[in-house]
Amino acid sequence: MSHNVIVPIGPYHPLLEEPELFQLHVEGEKVVDIDIIIGYSHRGIEQLAETKHLDQIPFLVERICGICSSSHPYTYVLAVEDILGGEKAVVPERALYIRTIIDELQRIHSHLLWLGLAGHFIGYNTVWMWAWKYREPVLDMFEMITGNRNNYAMFKVGGVRRDIKDEDVPVLKKALDELVPALDLFRGAVMDDPVIQARLKNVGILTKQQCIDWCVVGPTARASGVNIDVRRDEPYGAVDRLDWKVIIEKDGDVYAKTIVRILEMYESVRMIRQCLDKMPQGEIDAKVADIPAGEGIGRVEAPRGECFHYIKTDGTNRPVRLKVRAPSFMNVASDKVGAVGGTISDATITLAAVDPCYCCTERVAVINKPDNRKIMNGWDLIKMSQAKTNKIKEEMKQ
Amino acid sequence: MNIRDNIKESLGSRILDWQEKFPRRVYFTVKKEDIVAITRIIFKDLGLRFVIASATHTPQGFEILYHFSYDKAGEIYSARVFLDDKKNPQIDSIATLFPGAEWIEREIWEMLGIKFIGHPNLKRLLLADDWPEGNFPLRHKEG
Repeated sequence: MSHNVIVPIGPYHPLLEEPELFQLHVEGEKVVDIDIIIGYSHRGIEQLAETKHLDQIPFLVERICGICSSSHPYTYVLAVEDILGGEKAVVPERALYIRTIIDELQRIHSHLLWLGLAGHFIGYNTVWMWAWKYREPVLDMFEMITGNRNNYAMFKVGGVRRDIKDEDVPVLKKALDELVPALDLFRGAVMDDPVIQARLKNVGILTKQQCIDWCVVGPTARASGVNIDVRRDEPYGAVDRLDWKVIIEKDGDVYAKTIVRILEMYESVRMIRQCLDKMPQGEIDAKVADIPAGEGIGRVEAPRGECFHYIKTDGTNRPVRLKVRAPSFMNVASDKVGAVGGTISDATITLAAVDPCYCCTERVAVINKPDNRKIMNGWDLIKMSQAKTNKIKEEMKQ
Repeated sequence: MNIRDNIKESLGSRILDWQEKFPRRVYFTVKKEDIVAITRIIFKDLGLRFVIASATHTPQGFEILYHFSYDKAGEIYSARVFLDDKKNPQIDSIATLFPGAEWIEREIWEMLGIKFIGHPNLKRLLLADDWPEGNFPLRHKEG
Protein backbone atom coordinates (compact mmCIF):
# COMPACT_ATOMS: atom_id res chain seq x y z
CA MET A 1 0.00 0.00 0.00
CA SER A 2 1.25 3.45 -0.79
CA HIS A 3 -0.60 5.25 2.01
CA ASN A 4 2.05 6.89 4.07
CA VAL A 5 0.34 6.83 7.45
CA ILE A 6 -1.17 3.90 9.28
CA VAL A 7 -3.09 4.53 12.49
CA PRO A 8 -3.51 1.39 14.60
CA ILE A 9 -6.42 1.64 17.03
CA GLY A 10 -6.28 -1.03 19.68
CA PRO A 11 -6.05 -3.83 20.48
CA TYR A 12 -6.36 -3.32 24.24
CA HIS A 13 -8.22 -0.76 26.26
CA PRO A 14 -9.23 -1.02 29.92
CA LEU A 15 -12.73 0.31 29.18
CA LEU A 16 -13.43 -2.38 26.64
CA GLU A 17 -14.48 -5.92 27.14
CA GLU A 18 -13.46 -6.88 23.65
CA PRO A 19 -10.06 -6.06 22.20
CA GLU A 20 -9.93 -5.37 18.49
CA LEU A 21 -7.33 -3.74 16.31
CA PHE A 22 -8.31 -1.25 13.66
CA GLN A 23 -5.52 -0.11 11.40
CA LEU A 24 -6.55 3.08 9.67
CA HIS A 25 -4.72 4.00 6.52
CA VAL A 26 -4.84 7.76 6.30
CA GLU A 27 -3.86 10.40 3.81
CA GLY A 28 -3.71 13.68 5.63
CA GLU A 29 -6.94 13.84 7.63
CA LYS A 30 -8.80 11.39 5.46
CA VAL A 31 -9.25 7.68 6.17
CA VAL A 32 -8.67 5.83 2.90
CA ASP A 33 -8.66 2.23 4.06
CA ILE A 34 -9.09 0.19 7.20
CA ASP A 35 -7.86 -3.21 8.31
CA ILE A 36 -9.83 -4.90 11.04
CA ILE A 37 -7.98 -7.49 13.06
CA ILE A 38 -9.90 -9.44 15.67
CA GLY A 39 -9.33 -12.58 17.70
CA TYR A 40 -7.61 -11.13 20.74
CA SER A 41 -10.29 -12.40 23.06
CA HIS A 42 -11.08 -15.64 21.28
CA ARG A 43 -11.82 -18.13 24.02
CA GLY A 44 -12.91 -21.15 22.03
CA ILE A 45 -16.42 -21.17 23.49
CA GLU A 46 -17.90 -23.16 20.58
CA GLN A 47 -15.34 -25.89 21.14
CA LEU A 48 -15.80 -25.71 24.91
CA ALA A 49 -19.57 -26.08 24.51
CA GLU A 50 -19.04 -29.51 22.96
CA THR A 51 -17.56 -30.66 26.28
CA LYS A 52 -20.38 -29.37 28.50
CA HIS A 53 -23.79 -30.89 29.03
CA LEU A 54 -26.83 -29.08 27.73
CA ASP A 55 -27.79 -27.62 31.11
CA GLN A 56 -24.34 -26.14 31.71
CA ILE A 57 -24.11 -24.33 28.40
CA PRO A 58 -26.35 -21.36 29.35
CA PHE A 59 -23.79 -20.48 32.01
CA LEU A 60 -20.98 -20.82 29.50
CA VAL A 61 -22.53 -18.73 26.73
CA GLU A 62 -23.68 -16.14 29.25
CA ARG A 63 -20.00 -15.30 29.63
CA ILE A 64 -19.52 -14.50 25.95
CA CYS A 65 -20.61 -10.93 26.58
CA GLY A 66 -20.76 -8.98 29.81
CA ILE A 67 -23.07 -6.27 28.51
CA CYS A 68 -25.78 -8.19 26.74
CA SER A 69 -25.22 -11.18 28.97
CA SER A 70 -28.75 -12.55 28.66
CA SER A 71 -28.82 -12.54 24.84
CA HIS A 72 -26.63 -15.58 24.38
CA PRO A 73 -28.25 -17.84 26.99
CA TYR A 74 -31.67 -16.78 25.70
CA THR A 75 -30.68 -17.55 22.13
CA TYR A 76 -29.21 -20.86 23.20
CA VAL A 77 -32.32 -22.02 25.06
CA LEU A 78 -34.44 -20.97 22.07
CA ALA A 79 -32.25 -23.13 19.82
CA VAL A 80 -32.70 -26.13 22.12
CA GLU A 81 -36.44 -25.47 22.43
CA ASP A 82 -36.57 -25.34 18.63
CA ILE A 83 -35.72 -29.05 18.68
CA LEU A 84 -38.56 -29.61 21.14
CA GLY A 85 -41.12 -27.83 18.95
CA GLY A 86 -40.59 -24.16 19.76
CA GLU A 87 -40.51 -21.88 22.77
CA LYS A 88 -44.28 -21.39 22.94
CA ALA A 89 -44.89 -25.14 22.96
CA VAL A 90 -42.60 -25.77 25.89
CA VAL A 91 -42.28 -22.76 28.16
CA PRO A 92 -44.98 -21.78 30.71
CA GLU A 93 -46.75 -18.48 30.09
CA ARG A 94 -45.35 -16.66 33.13
CA ALA A 95 -41.80 -17.56 32.17
CA LEU A 96 -42.30 -16.01 28.71
CA TYR A 97 -43.08 -12.67 30.34
CA ILE A 98 -40.13 -12.90 32.72
CA ARG A 99 -37.84 -13.68 29.78
CA THR A 100 -39.03 -10.60 27.94
CA ILE A 101 -38.59 -8.39 31.00
CA ILE A 102 -34.96 -9.49 31.35
CA ASP A 103 -34.33 -9.10 27.62
CA GLU A 104 -35.73 -5.57 27.46
CA LEU A 105 -34.11 -4.38 30.70
CA GLN A 106 -30.86 -5.49 29.20
CA ARG A 107 -31.50 -3.43 26.08
CA ILE A 108 -32.03 -0.30 28.18
CA HIS A 109 -28.84 -0.77 30.15
CA SER A 110 -26.80 -1.60 27.05
CA HIS A 111 -28.06 1.41 25.08
CA LEU A 112 -27.42 3.72 28.05
CA LEU A 113 -23.89 2.38 28.29
CA TRP A 114 -23.35 3.03 24.59
CA LEU A 115 -24.82 6.50 24.82
CA GLY A 116 -22.46 7.37 27.66
CA LEU A 117 -19.37 6.21 25.81
CA ALA A 118 -20.47 7.92 22.61
CA GLY A 119 -20.93 11.15 24.57
CA HIS A 120 -17.46 10.81 26.00
CA PHE A 121 -15.92 10.29 22.57
CA ILE A 122 -17.35 13.49 21.15
CA GLY A 123 -16.51 15.53 24.23
CA TYR A 124 -19.87 15.50 25.99
CA ASN A 125 -18.68 14.15 29.28
CA THR A 126 -21.87 15.29 31.00
CA VAL A 127 -23.84 12.90 28.79
CA TRP A 128 -21.41 10.18 29.77
CA MET A 129 -21.87 10.84 33.52
CA TRP A 130 -25.65 11.13 33.22
CA ALA A 131 -26.07 8.03 31.10
CA TRP A 132 -24.10 5.90 33.47
CA LYS A 133 -25.86 7.43 36.46
CA TYR A 134 -29.27 6.50 35.09
CA ARG A 135 -28.01 3.07 34.13
CA GLU A 136 -27.46 2.28 37.80
CA PRO A 137 -31.19 1.97 38.69
CA VAL A 138 -31.52 -0.45 35.75
CA LEU A 139 -28.78 -2.61 37.21
CA ASP A 140 -30.52 -2.36 40.59
CA MET A 141 -33.66 -3.75 38.95
CA PHE A 142 -31.63 -6.64 37.63
CA GLU A 143 -30.23 -7.25 41.07
CA MET A 144 -33.71 -7.24 42.53
CA ILE A 145 -35.03 -9.77 40.01
CA THR A 146 -32.04 -12.04 39.48
CA GLY A 147 -29.69 -11.37 42.37
CA ASN A 148 -26.99 -10.22 39.95
CA ARG A 149 -26.09 -6.96 38.28
CA ASN A 150 -24.65 -8.87 35.35
CA ASN A 151 -24.58 -12.51 34.21
CA TYR A 152 -28.10 -13.09 35.45
CA ALA A 153 -28.25 -16.91 35.26
CA MET A 154 -31.99 -16.67 34.55
CA PHE A 155 -32.37 -18.83 31.49
CA LYS A 156 -32.77 -22.58 31.33
CA VAL A 157 -34.30 -24.86 28.74
CA GLY A 158 -38.02 -24.90 29.49
CA GLY A 159 -38.30 -21.76 31.56
CA VAL A 160 -36.47 -19.40 33.87
CA ARG A 161 -34.67 -20.02 37.13
CA ARG A 162 -36.15 -17.29 39.31
CA ASP A 163 -39.60 -15.83 39.70
CA ILE A 164 -40.42 -12.15 40.07
CA LYS A 165 -41.97 -11.62 43.50
CA ASP A 166 -45.34 -9.89 43.58
CA GLU A 167 -44.13 -7.37 46.14
CA ASP A 168 -41.29 -6.38 43.81
CA VAL A 169 -43.59 -5.40 40.96
CA PRO A 170 -44.57 -1.92 42.32
CA VAL A 171 -40.92 -1.18 43.07
CA LEU A 172 -39.92 -2.11 39.52
CA LYS A 173 -42.73 0.02 38.08
CA LYS A 174 -41.64 3.00 40.14
CA ALA A 175 -38.06 2.60 38.93
CA LEU A 176 -39.31 2.52 35.33
CA ASP A 177 -41.38 5.67 35.91
CA GLU A 178 -38.30 7.44 37.18
CA LEU A 179 -36.32 6.36 34.16
CA VAL A 180 -38.58 8.08 31.64
CA PRO A 181 -37.64 11.68 32.61
CA ALA A 182 -34.00 10.66 32.22
CA LEU A 183 -34.69 9.37 28.71
CA ASP A 184 -36.49 12.65 27.94
CA LEU A 185 -33.35 14.42 29.06
CA PHE A 186 -31.20 12.47 26.61
CA ARG A 187 -33.63 12.81 23.77
CA GLY A 188 -33.67 16.57 24.30
CA ALA A 189 -29.90 16.74 24.69
CA VAL A 190 -29.32 14.96 21.40
CA MET A 191 -32.20 16.15 19.23
CA ASP A 192 -32.18 19.80 20.25
CA ASP A 193 -28.44 20.38 20.34
CA PRO A 194 -27.14 21.89 17.09
CA VAL A 195 -23.55 20.98 17.99
CA ILE A 196 -24.33 17.30 18.37
CA GLN A 197 -26.26 17.40 15.13
CA ALA A 198 -23.36 19.08 13.33
CA ARG A 199 -20.98 16.55 14.83
CA LEU A 200 -22.92 13.34 14.16
CA LYS A 201 -24.97 14.00 11.05
CA ASN A 202 -23.46 12.82 7.77
CA VAL A 203 -20.70 11.02 9.68
CA GLY A 204 -19.97 7.33 9.13
CA ILE A 205 -22.82 6.78 6.71
CA LEU A 206 -23.83 3.23 5.88
CA THR A 207 -26.25 3.07 2.97
CA LYS A 208 -29.10 0.61 2.79
CA GLN A 209 -27.40 -1.37 0.03
CA GLN A 210 -24.17 -1.54 2.04
CA CYS A 211 -26.16 -2.86 5.00
CA ILE A 212 -27.56 -5.62 2.81
CA ASP A 213 -24.19 -6.52 1.29
CA TRP A 214 -22.46 -6.63 4.66
CA CYS A 215 -25.45 -8.40 6.25
CA VAL A 216 -25.49 -6.04 9.24
CA VAL A 217 -28.19 -6.31 11.88
CA GLY A 218 -29.82 -4.44 14.74
CA PRO A 219 -29.74 -0.65 15.27
CA THR A 220 -26.88 -0.41 12.77
CA ALA A 221 -29.18 -1.72 10.03
CA ARG A 222 -32.35 -0.03 11.27
CA ALA A 223 -30.65 3.37 11.20
CA SER A 224 -30.14 2.87 7.46
CA GLY A 225 -33.75 2.05 6.73
CA VAL A 226 -33.44 -1.74 6.78
CA ASN A 227 -36.66 -2.88 8.36
CA ILE A 228 -35.58 -5.87 10.43
CA ASP A 229 -36.16 -6.73 14.06
CA VAL A 230 -36.27 -10.32 15.22
CA ARG A 231 -38.74 -9.39 17.96
CA ARG A 232 -41.33 -8.54 15.31
CA ASP A 233 -40.20 -10.91 12.54
CA GLU A 234 -40.03 -14.04 14.64
CA PRO A 235 -41.51 -13.17 18.03
CA TYR A 236 -40.17 -14.86 21.11
CA GLY A 237 -41.06 -14.55 24.77
CA ALA A 238 -44.12 -12.35 25.26
CA VAL A 239 -43.25 -9.66 22.69
CA ASP A 240 -46.10 -10.60 20.33
CA ARG A 241 -48.60 -9.93 23.13
CA LEU A 242 -47.33 -6.40 23.71
CA ASP A 243 -47.95 -3.06 22.05
CA TRP A 244 -44.70 -1.58 20.74
CA LYS A 245 -43.10 -0.52 17.50
CA VAL A 246 -39.87 -1.04 15.58
CA ILE A 247 -37.76 2.12 15.29
CA ILE A 248 -36.49 2.83 11.78
CA GLU A 249 -34.39 5.77 10.62
CA LYS A 250 -33.30 6.50 7.07
CA ASP A 251 -30.04 8.45 7.06
CA GLY A 252 -27.60 5.74 8.13
CA ASP A 253 -25.22 8.15 9.88
CA VAL A 254 -24.06 8.13 13.49
CA TYR A 255 -26.86 10.52 14.41
CA ALA A 256 -29.51 8.11 13.08
CA LYS A 257 -27.96 5.25 15.03
CA THR A 258 -28.08 7.37 18.19
CA ILE A 259 -31.73 8.26 17.63
CA VAL A 260 -32.66 4.62 17.02
CA ARG A 261 -31.07 3.58 20.28
CA ILE A 262 -32.64 6.39 22.31
CA LEU A 263 -36.12 5.75 20.94
CA GLU A 264 -35.75 2.01 21.43
CA MET A 265 -35.27 2.56 25.14
CA TYR A 266 -38.74 4.15 25.33
CA GLU A 267 -40.20 1.12 23.59
CA SER A 268 -38.41 -1.19 26.01
CA VAL A 269 -39.83 0.72 28.98
CA ARG A 270 -43.32 0.37 27.48
CA MET A 271 -42.81 -3.35 26.94
CA ILE A 272 -41.60 -4.01 30.47
CA ARG A 273 -44.51 -2.06 31.94
CA GLN A 274 -46.99 -4.12 29.95
CA CYS A 275 -45.25 -7.33 30.95
CA LEU A 276 -45.48 -6.44 34.63
CA ASP A 277 -49.21 -5.70 34.20
CA LYS A 278 -50.13 -8.70 32.09
CA MET A 279 -47.92 -11.37 33.62
CA PRO A 280 -50.13 -14.28 34.71
CA GLN A 281 -49.51 -16.35 37.84
CA GLY A 282 -48.22 -19.88 37.46
CA GLU A 283 -45.26 -22.12 36.87
CA ILE A 284 -41.97 -20.73 35.58
CA ASP A 285 -40.26 -23.95 34.56
CA ALA A 286 -41.48 -26.84 32.40
CA LYS A 287 -38.78 -29.15 33.83
CA VAL A 288 -37.59 -30.51 30.51
CA ALA A 289 -35.72 -33.78 31.05
CA ASP A 290 -34.35 -35.13 27.76
CA ILE A 291 -33.37 -33.46 24.53
CA PRO A 292 -33.76 -35.73 21.50
CA ALA A 293 -31.38 -35.85 18.56
CA GLY A 294 -31.96 -33.02 16.12
CA GLU A 295 -30.92 -29.57 15.08
CA GLY A 296 -32.32 -26.25 16.12
CA ILE A 297 -31.89 -22.56 15.49
CA GLY A 298 -32.52 -19.80 17.99
CA ARG A 299 -32.36 -16.08 17.51
CA VAL A 300 -32.92 -13.07 19.67
CA GLU A 301 -32.79 -9.36 18.98
CA ALA A 302 -29.89 -8.47 21.26
CA PRO A 303 -29.17 -4.76 21.90
CA ARG A 304 -26.69 -4.84 19.00
CA GLY A 305 -28.85 -6.89 16.65
CA GLU A 306 -29.75 -10.42 15.81
CA CYS A 307 -27.95 -13.02 17.92
CA PHE A 308 -27.98 -16.45 16.30
CA HIS A 309 -27.28 -19.94 17.62
CA TYR A 310 -27.35 -23.24 15.76
CA ILE A 311 -27.24 -26.44 17.77
CA LYS A 312 -26.97 -30.05 16.67
CA THR A 313 -27.64 -32.81 19.19
CA ASP A 314 -27.37 -36.57 18.95
CA GLY A 315 -29.60 -37.67 21.83
CA THR A 316 -26.85 -37.57 24.44
CA ASN A 317 -26.63 -34.71 26.90
CA ARG A 318 -23.90 -32.92 24.98
CA PRO A 319 -24.18 -31.04 21.70
CA VAL A 320 -22.37 -32.24 18.60
CA ARG A 321 -22.02 -28.65 17.46
CA LEU A 322 -22.97 -25.25 18.78
CA LYS A 323 -22.49 -22.35 16.39
CA VAL A 324 -22.66 -18.91 17.93
CA ARG A 325 -23.02 -15.79 15.80
CA ALA A 326 -23.01 -12.57 17.79
CA PRO A 327 -24.38 -9.45 16.06
CA SER A 328 -21.06 -7.63 16.22
CA PHE A 329 -19.54 -10.31 13.99
CA MET A 330 -21.51 -8.83 11.11
CA ASN A 331 -21.57 -5.21 12.28
CA VAL A 332 -17.87 -4.70 13.00
CA ALA A 333 -16.94 -5.93 9.52
CA SER A 334 -19.04 -3.10 8.05
CA ASP A 335 -16.67 -0.53 9.56
CA LYS A 336 -14.71 -1.20 6.42
CA VAL A 337 -17.17 1.01 4.55
CA GLY A 338 -18.42 3.16 7.45
CA ALA A 339 -15.10 4.69 8.42
CA VAL A 340 -13.46 4.91 5.00
CA GLY A 341 -13.86 8.31 3.43
CA GLY A 342 -14.33 10.07 6.76
CA THR A 343 -11.79 12.07 8.69
CA ILE A 344 -9.55 10.70 11.37
CA SER A 345 -11.26 12.79 14.05
CA ASP A 346 -14.54 11.10 13.16
CA ALA A 347 -13.01 7.63 13.27
CA THR A 348 -13.56 7.00 16.98
CA ILE A 349 -17.26 7.81 16.90
CA THR A 350 -17.81 6.00 13.61
CA LEU A 351 -16.17 2.81 14.79
CA ALA A 352 -18.05 3.17 18.06
CA ALA A 353 -21.39 3.77 16.34
CA VAL A 354 -21.98 0.12 15.55
CA ASP A 355 -21.59 -0.50 19.31
CA PRO A 356 -18.96 -3.13 18.67
CA CYS A 357 -18.34 -4.05 22.27
CA TYR A 358 -15.96 -1.16 21.95
CA CYS A 359 -13.20 -0.31 19.59
CA CYS A 360 -10.02 0.11 21.45
CA THR A 361 -8.86 3.65 21.34
CA GLU A 362 -6.34 3.78 24.15
CA ARG A 363 -3.28 2.45 22.38
CA VAL A 364 -3.19 4.42 19.21
CA ALA A 365 0.02 5.12 17.39
CA VAL A 366 0.32 7.36 14.36
CA ILE A 367 3.45 6.34 12.51
CA ASN A 368 4.59 8.44 9.63
CA LYS A 369 7.26 7.32 7.22
CA PRO A 370 10.73 7.00 8.80
CA ASP A 371 11.64 10.63 8.20
CA ASN A 372 8.69 11.87 10.18
CA ARG A 373 7.95 9.43 12.98
CA LYS A 374 5.23 10.42 15.37
CA ILE A 375 3.42 8.38 17.98
CA MET A 376 0.01 9.35 19.31
CA ASN A 377 -1.90 7.44 21.96
CA GLY A 378 -5.62 6.74 22.14
CA TRP A 379 -6.25 9.67 24.41
CA ASP A 380 -4.84 11.94 21.70
CA LEU A 381 -7.38 10.57 19.27
CA ILE A 382 -10.27 11.11 21.68
CA LYS A 383 -8.93 14.64 22.28
CA MET A 384 -8.91 15.22 18.53
CA SER A 385 -12.52 14.11 18.40
CA GLN A 386 -13.46 16.33 21.33
CA ALA A 387 -11.55 19.27 19.88
CA LYS A 388 -13.59 19.00 16.72
CA THR A 389 -16.78 19.27 18.78
CA ASN A 390 -15.41 22.35 20.56
CA LYS A 391 -14.49 23.91 17.25
CA ILE A 392 -18.04 23.44 16.00
CA LYS A 393 -19.32 24.99 19.23
CA GLU A 394 -17.10 28.05 18.74
CA GLU A 395 -18.17 28.42 15.13
CA MET A 396 -21.81 28.30 16.12
CA LYS A 397 -21.34 30.99 18.75
CA GLN A 398 -20.12 33.43 16.14
CA MET B 1 -46.45 -16.91 -4.69
CA ASN B 2 -45.01 -17.19 -1.22
CA ILE B 3 -41.30 -17.29 -0.68
CA ARG B 4 -41.17 -20.99 0.07
CA ASP B 5 -42.65 -21.98 -3.28
CA ASN B 6 -40.58 -19.32 -4.95
CA ILE B 7 -37.33 -20.78 -3.61
CA LYS B 8 -38.42 -24.28 -4.54
CA GLU B 9 -39.28 -23.23 -8.06
CA SER B 10 -36.19 -21.06 -8.58
CA LEU B 11 -33.81 -23.75 -7.42
CA GLY B 12 -35.71 -26.57 -9.11
CA SER B 13 -33.72 -29.74 -9.50
CA ARG B 14 -30.76 -28.30 -7.63
CA ILE B 15 -32.59 -29.21 -4.41
CA LEU B 16 -31.65 -32.78 -3.49
CA ASP B 17 -33.62 -32.95 -0.27
CA TRP B 18 -36.19 -30.61 1.32
CA GLN B 19 -37.14 -30.77 5.00
CA GLU B 20 -39.63 -28.53 6.75
CA LYS B 21 -38.71 -29.41 10.30
CA PHE B 22 -40.66 -26.71 12.07
CA PRO B 23 -43.01 -24.08 10.70
CA ARG B 24 -40.29 -21.48 10.33
CA ARG B 25 -37.27 -23.71 9.72
CA VAL B 26 -36.51 -25.21 6.33
CA TYR B 27 -33.39 -27.26 5.68
CA PHE B 28 -32.52 -28.32 2.17
CA THR B 29 -29.55 -30.09 0.67
CA VAL B 30 -27.71 -28.99 -2.46
CA LYS B 31 -24.60 -30.16 -4.26
CA LYS B 32 -21.43 -28.36 -3.25
CA GLU B 33 -20.78 -27.35 -6.86
CA ASP B 34 -24.07 -25.44 -6.85
CA ILE B 35 -23.51 -23.32 -3.75
CA VAL B 36 -22.50 -20.11 -5.52
CA ALA B 37 -25.35 -20.41 -8.00
CA ILE B 38 -28.00 -21.01 -5.34
CA THR B 39 -26.59 -18.26 -3.12
CA ARG B 40 -26.86 -15.88 -6.04
CA ILE B 41 -30.51 -16.80 -6.49
CA ILE B 42 -31.45 -16.71 -2.81
CA PHE B 43 -29.38 -13.69 -1.76
CA LYS B 44 -29.33 -11.52 -4.87
CA ASP B 45 -32.52 -12.39 -6.72
CA LEU B 46 -34.92 -13.28 -3.93
CA GLY B 47 -33.42 -10.84 -1.42
CA LEU B 48 -33.01 -13.07 1.61
CA ARG B 49 -30.53 -11.96 4.24
CA PHE B 50 -27.41 -14.05 4.81
CA VAL B 51 -27.32 -14.81 8.54
CA ILE B 52 -24.23 -16.97 8.87
CA ALA B 53 -22.76 -20.30 7.79
CA SER B 54 -22.09 -23.08 10.27
CA ALA B 55 -19.77 -25.99 9.55
CA THR B 56 -19.66 -29.29 11.40
CA HIS B 57 -17.16 -32.14 11.34
CA THR B 58 -19.11 -35.37 10.87
CA PRO B 59 -17.99 -39.01 10.63
CA GLN B 60 -18.55 -38.83 6.85
CA GLY B 61 -16.58 -35.64 6.33
CA PHE B 62 -17.92 -32.14 6.74
CA GLU B 63 -21.22 -30.39 6.34
CA ILE B 64 -21.80 -26.68 5.97
CA LEU B 65 -25.14 -25.00 6.52
CA TYR B 66 -25.70 -21.62 4.91
CA HIS B 67 -28.46 -19.91 6.87
CA PHE B 68 -30.61 -17.36 5.05
CA SER B 69 -33.31 -15.36 6.75
CA TYR B 70 -36.53 -14.23 5.14
CA ASP B 71 -37.31 -11.45 7.58
CA LYS B 72 -40.77 -10.59 6.30
CA ALA B 73 -42.05 -13.95 7.54
CA GLY B 74 -39.41 -14.69 10.18
CA GLU B 75 -38.33 -17.86 8.40
CA ILE B 76 -34.87 -19.35 8.09
CA TYR B 77 -33.83 -21.33 5.03
CA SER B 78 -30.68 -23.36 5.59
CA ALA B 79 -28.85 -24.76 2.58
CA ARG B 80 -26.86 -27.83 3.48
CA VAL B 81 -23.83 -29.07 1.57
CA PHE B 82 -21.80 -32.20 2.27
CA LEU B 83 -18.06 -32.33 1.71
CA ASP B 84 -16.83 -35.90 1.68
CA ASP B 85 -13.11 -35.22 1.31
CA LYS B 86 -11.91 -35.86 4.86
CA LYS B 87 -8.38 -34.57 4.37
CA ASN B 88 -8.59 -31.51 2.15
CA PRO B 89 -12.20 -30.37 1.94
CA GLN B 90 -12.87 -27.44 -0.34
CA ILE B 91 -15.79 -25.51 -1.73
CA ASP B 92 -16.33 -22.38 -3.82
CA SER B 93 -16.41 -19.15 -1.86
CA ILE B 94 -19.65 -17.16 -1.71
CA ALA B 95 -17.69 -14.12 -0.49
CA THR B 96 -17.15 -13.37 -4.17
CA LEU B 97 -20.84 -12.39 -4.29
CA PHE B 98 -21.02 -10.13 -1.23
CA PRO B 99 -18.53 -9.05 1.44
CA GLY B 100 -20.70 -10.11 4.40
CA ALA B 101 -19.57 -13.72 3.97
CA GLU B 102 -15.84 -12.99 4.11
CA TRP B 103 -15.31 -13.31 7.82
CA ILE B 104 -17.26 -16.49 8.41
CA GLU B 105 -15.44 -18.28 5.59
CA ARG B 106 -12.14 -17.24 7.14
CA GLU B 107 -13.36 -18.57 10.47
CA ILE B 108 -14.48 -21.92 9.03
CA TRP B 109 -11.18 -22.22 7.19
CA GLU B 110 -9.07 -21.78 10.30
CA MET B 111 -11.33 -23.77 12.64
CA LEU B 112 -12.11 -26.75 10.41
CA GLY B 113 -9.62 -26.53 7.56
CA ILE B 114 -12.19 -26.14 4.79
CA LYS B 115 -10.71 -24.23 1.91
CA PHE B 116 -12.85 -21.65 0.14
CA ILE B 117 -11.84 -21.38 -3.49
CA GLY B 118 -11.79 -17.83 -4.80
CA HIS B 119 -12.02 -16.12 -1.39
CA PRO B 120 -10.47 -12.65 -1.71
CA ASN B 121 -8.56 -12.73 1.56
CA LEU B 122 -8.39 -16.22 3.06
CA LYS B 123 -6.29 -15.70 6.17
CA ARG B 124 -6.80 -16.32 9.85
CA LEU B 125 -9.53 -14.38 11.60
CA LEU B 126 -9.52 -15.44 15.25
CA LEU B 127 -6.59 -17.75 15.95
CA ALA B 128 -3.21 -16.43 17.04
CA ASP B 129 -0.44 -16.03 14.49
CA ASP B 130 1.67 -18.68 16.21
CA TRP B 131 -1.09 -21.31 16.21
CA PRO B 132 0.41 -24.44 14.59
CA GLU B 133 -0.31 -24.94 10.89
CA GLY B 134 -2.67 -27.77 10.08
CA ASN B 135 -4.18 -27.92 13.57
CA PHE B 136 -7.91 -27.29 13.27
CA PRO B 137 -9.58 -26.83 16.68
CA LEU B 138 -13.12 -27.77 15.69
CA ARG B 139 -12.20 -31.00 13.93
CA HIS B 140 -13.16 -33.94 16.10
CA LYS B 141 -10.55 -36.52 16.99
CA GLU B 142 -10.52 -39.54 14.69
CA GLY B 143 -12.18 -42.65 16.06
